[in-house]
Amino acid sequence: MNKKKEKRIFIFICTAPALILFAIFMIVPTVEVFRMSLYKWGGFTNEKVFVGLNNFKILWNDMNFFRSLQNSIVLIVIVTLITMVIAILFATLLTREKLKGNSFFRVIFYIPNILSIVVIAGIFSAVYDPTTGLLNNMLALFNLENLQKMWLGDQKIAIYSIGGALVWQAIGYYMVMYMSSIASIPESFYEASALEGAGRVRQFFSITLPLIWNNIRTTLTFFIISTINLSFLLVQAMTGGGPDGSTEVFLSYMYKQAYTNSSYGYGMAIGVVIFLFSFLLSAIISHITKREVLEY
Amino acid sequence: MKKQKGMSAETAYRLFIYVALITLAISIIIPVAWVFLASVKENSEFYGSPWAMPKGFYFQNFIDALEKANMGTYMFNSIFVTALALLILLIVALPAAYVLARYTFKGSRFMNSLFKAGLFINVNYIVVPIFLMLLNGDTFFRSQFGDSFLLDNLFILAVVYAATALPFTIYLLSSYFQSLPSTYEEAAFVDGAGYFKTMVKIMLPMARPSIIAIILFNFLAFWNEYIIALTLIPGPNKTLPVGLMNLMAAQKSAANYGQMYAGMVLVMLPTLILYIIVQKKLTQGMTLGGLKD
Repeated sequence: MNKKKEKRIFIFICTAPALILFAIFMIVPTVEVFRMSLYKWGGFTNEKVFVGLNNFKILWNDMNFFRSLQNSIVLIVIVTLITMVIAILFATLLTREKLKGNSFFRVIFYIPNILSIVVIAGIFSAVYDPTTGLLNNMLALFNLENLQKMWLGDQKIAIYSIGGALVWQAIGYYMVMYMSSIASIPESFYEASALEGAGRVRQFFSITLPLIWNNIRTTLTFFIISTINLSFLLVQAMTGGGPDGSTEVFLSYMYKQAYTNSSYGYGMAIGVVIFLFSFLLSAIISHITKREVLEY
Repeated sequence: MKKQKGMSAETAYRLFIYVALITLAISIIIPVAWVFLASVKENSEFYGSPWAMPKGFYFQNFIDALEKANMGTYMFNSIFVTALALLILLIVALPAAYVLARYTFKGSRFMNSLFKAGLFINVNYIVVPIFLMLLNGDTFFRSQFGDSFLLDNLFILAVVYAATALPFTIYLLSSYFQSLPSTYEEAAFVDGAGYFKTMVKIMLPMARPSIIAIILFNFLAFWNEYIIALTLIPGPNKTLPVGLMNLMAAQKSAANYGQMYAGMVLVMLPTLILYIIVQKKLTQGMTLGGLKD
């Protein structure tokens, strides 16, 4: 009996601090996001007024929000496609081919992932600088002056420049992930297919790709979530949403409304919409990419 | 003859692979290495070609960054917050993960799924509510006791870091504890060891590999984090990444390029050194967690 009590106390002492911290700093703020989205709060009035879904109605007519939506979608699509193709390709090469310097390349490719987003913002500000930037000067070196651009100053291409920095940041991370799942495919599959005359390309499409399909699906969700988050952190540190809102993304618009602009209620309504959007998008993509899981 | 031709196609293919790999490697190394070179350039050198090598080692940049731009204080703050957050995280998460992995009790399933759900909560969404919560707390304390301490407090920042890292950390640790055989615990109980003693003396040492992975990942996350620090510390006690952001903003008007790149080196050097020491662990550990902020 005493033992039982001792066990209860032990369990309580071990779990209580974690639960308390988690509740205060994660559960309560999350609930607050949803609750506050129903209030008109902040700006000039410092009192909360319950307005129901009114914030969402305003949002529906907010062109700036739709611009950030458009930018976010553009980033999700291009970052996912480019990063995924490059990461899978290089993961396949590094795992399947017997190359010299195999681990050297892996170590190098992973470096961007350990850098702070602020540092990456600084690096790419230096790369994209119109006059003293690395990119424009490299183009000049190859006599390609006509390709020189105001990478971050031109409203039409600024968002793609942000996308470039995100791809640079993400390749190594996803490559390492794909590598581990490619490495776990039994060698005998490749040997058998080689005996039947399958080349590298055929092996890639008939063995590698189908067998890592589940891993690819998981990373698709990661891509959606991390692009939404990282694009915010990068934009915030690099362009602040400019020039003229052309690099404004979902969460940077939310942050601007909620924190800089002090329209807490409206900002949280944006947060709710972004959350639902990313959740729905992940669910839809996960559903349409569903294939029968191949076991080996 | 035919074999010869096959060989040369093979060689061309391998050559192509190496070219592709080296191109990507260069595109990653060059911008990072360039920042290191730029950090020892004198300000006048930035108006020439960016590809020019530095004329000498102008270490004054680092001294200026540390002293004039306050990066020295910020660095101390960052070290303090990161270390404290790691300490709190380990003290809180280890027992919880162990109990959730090894014991079934009333509510254990609920707690497990609660922390799993926490994996989907991203800090970027809840940073403003956390700020408002602390702000309200401060207003309350000021009205009651005439003093407030929640915002602008590095200790609170460390607590918030630790709290937001809990779901991922508990998830990783408890999946490791689950994989350990239960015979050790049984043997310890037979020997008369209590619950606490068994956990501290037997189980925690066995979890060393995953504890190291936890420390690595969270060190990087806490050291590099800036949006929470930016929001919760409006005063002068900034952390290193936020200080760097200020330097970057100031650089646009004052054109203190050297100082800014020295600041960037200060932020990334610790992580790079750590990475070089433990790179194998980090890329392996990643596949066991497989989650990103």
